[in-house]
Amino acid sequence: MIEINNLHKSYKMGANSLHVLKGLNFSIKEGELVAIMGSSGSGKSTLLNILGMLDEADSGEYTLDGVPIKNLNETKAAKYRNKFLGFIFQSFNLINYKSAMENVALPLYYQKVPRKQREEKAIKYLSQVGLKEWAHHLPNELSGGQKQRVAIARAMAAEPKVLLADEPTGALDSKTSYEVMDLIQKINDDGNTILVVTHEEDIAHMCKRIVHLKDGVIVEDKKVDQVRASQYV
Amino acid sequence: MLDIERWQEIFDTIRKNKLRTFLTGLSVASGIFILVILLGFGEGFKNGIENEFAQDAATSVWVWPGTTTKEFKGLNPGRVIELRNSDYEYSSQLLNDQIELSSPRIFVRNVSVNYGNEALVYGVQGVSYQFQRIENATMSDGRFLNYQDEQNTAKVAVIGNKIAKDVFHEVDTPIGEFIDISGIPFKIVGLFGETEDREEERIFIPITTAQRVFNGGDKVNNLAYTLPMANDFDEAVANSVKFKSTLLRNLQLAHTIAPDDTNAVFVWSALEEAKRFYSLTDNIKLFFWFVGVCTIIAGVVGVSNIMLIVVRERTKEIGIRKALGAKPWSIVGMILHESVFITAISGFAGLILSMGLLEILGPHIEVDYVLNPSVNFQVAVSTVFVLIFAGAVAGFFPAWRAANIHTIDALRDE
Repeated sequence: MIEINNLHKSYKMGANSLHVLKGLNFSIKEGELVAIMGSSGSGKSTLLNILGMLDEADSGEYTLDGVPIKNLNETKAAKYRNKFLGFIFQSFNLINYKSAMENVALPLYYQKVPRKQREEKAIKYLSQVGLKEWAHHLPNELSGGQKQRVAIARAMAAEPKVLLADEPTGALDSKTSYEVMDLIQKINDDGNTILVVTHEEDIAHMCKRIVHLKDGVIVEDKKVDQVRASQYV
Repeated sequence: MLDIERWQEIFDTIRKNKLRTFLTGLSVASGIFILVILLGFGEGFKNGIENEFAQDAATSVWVWPGTTTKEFKGLNPGRVIELRNSDYEYSSQLLNDQIELSSPRIFVRNVSVNYGNEALVYGVQGVSYQFQRIENATMSDGRFLNYQDEQNTAKVAVIGNKIAKDVFHEVDTPIGEFIDISGIPFKIVGLFGETEDREEERIFIPITTAQRVFNGGDKVNNLAYTLPMANDFDEAVANSVKFKSTLLRNLQLAHTIAPDDTNAVFVWSALEEAKRFYSLTDNIKLFFWFVGVCTIIAGVVGVSNIMLIVVRERTKEIGIRKALGAKPWSIVGMILHESVFITAISGFAGLILSMGLLEILGPHIEVDYVLNPSVNFQVAVSTVFVLIFAGAVAGFFPAWRAANIHTIDALRDE
């Protein structure tokens, strides 16, 4: 599903150049649930941004679902993001004046799905994350866990090839974190490919594979026995 | 524009950001409102001035004599000029094709006027039968002096409404009553009305009677003319200037007056005077336009300012939308669509409100020099479009910039 080959990225900081990613190689197959781990500054967020086409690599190859991702302009990136990717952010990034349902329906608006179908689909995905009753509430009427579940529903709504989660549990307490991870695991059980960036060991062990990043290189890439989050819920 | 989904998206945004929408709209609406009211009053001012000048015949030209101040052809300065019938007849003949109406006038002085036992202190003036229309006096009863009166040196008089009210309140109508002027009975044949009381305190008798009965000889005090209407105002002014200078030249020749002596004979034309006022009103209109345009500019600046803030405030939202697959142009389109929609609605609201106010209150405004303020609809509509366009241009650049911020930076914005 995802192939990256010799990926380099550096940031210019005044006169100095900071080499963040130093030639990464790895691939993710369909249906995988991968955790990318590393301390802050290890380059994990940069990697995710490149995978999410929010940022572009200096050199190297990136293929997503057989499509080479290169020479991106904003319009092309927007099209690919809409078609291939669903995002889950640490800070949820819901639009605060839109109800839960409208937030979930928004990616479908950019896919030019008619309003009625958008709403039906949004309700469907909201019930999947257990928030059907909250469909008409604004984000500030929801708890943190609920907000993240709305964000997950939104990421799912566009039916993307890959879900990218950037510290999805970073702003949540552990109980809520497990609830969210339980949801992510269930979505993965349905066959969706999911990439989770985290620095928390327990969250990483709820994935099926852990890629360890340190100073811009992959130091470890191992399959793990998945810890089901449902046992903590 | 016809994208229903886009409209629904925009209505959602507007509905959920009422204060922001309201403030944007208010600044646009008030800009248009002030401009229209200003323009309306500029127009009202012009109407008012025009109305003031419509009271005397607009094309009238008046002549009165003075005293020479310059030596000329051996004659000393300080000579008192007297106009005579010959001046009137000659000039009337010479300028016949430029004159609509004409009348000499003589002030009958040192006479006592009595009605029964009552002494009247009103001025007596000898005029021709055309004088009524030169003065724009309206007959409220009876008739004005006529050609026959003049030919027969008839002892008839026409009095103003004010006199009728003050003196003849005990009879049904003053018509048919007699007044004595220096012991000679004059029959009242008509009542006239004027716009000012002072002008109604006059007694008119035929010029011929005035000259013969009261030893006026062939002297006259004034010459009064009106000129035919021209096609437009500027032509009328040009005509009256030409007429005035010919007449003056004529009189100077007849009375041996130096051409540059400005005190010997005075010729006054209402149109030239009016022209001065017209250019004044033009200037005032210009000023109102200036203020109005400044108001619009302030409105445009206000709109751009709000657009800047709106875009700033929505940077994160823009980032989210882009992460979800919005293309830059769809972001720019959405922001502009919204701002154009709001400026259009509120601009026309301001327009309708102000035009309605002018329409309702305008005809009831009774102030000197302001009459029926109104505004040219086309002008008002085009200012609304200018404002919408300016708002769109002003909104475009921040929107374009925001749409092209790196999505990741936009998402980090707090």
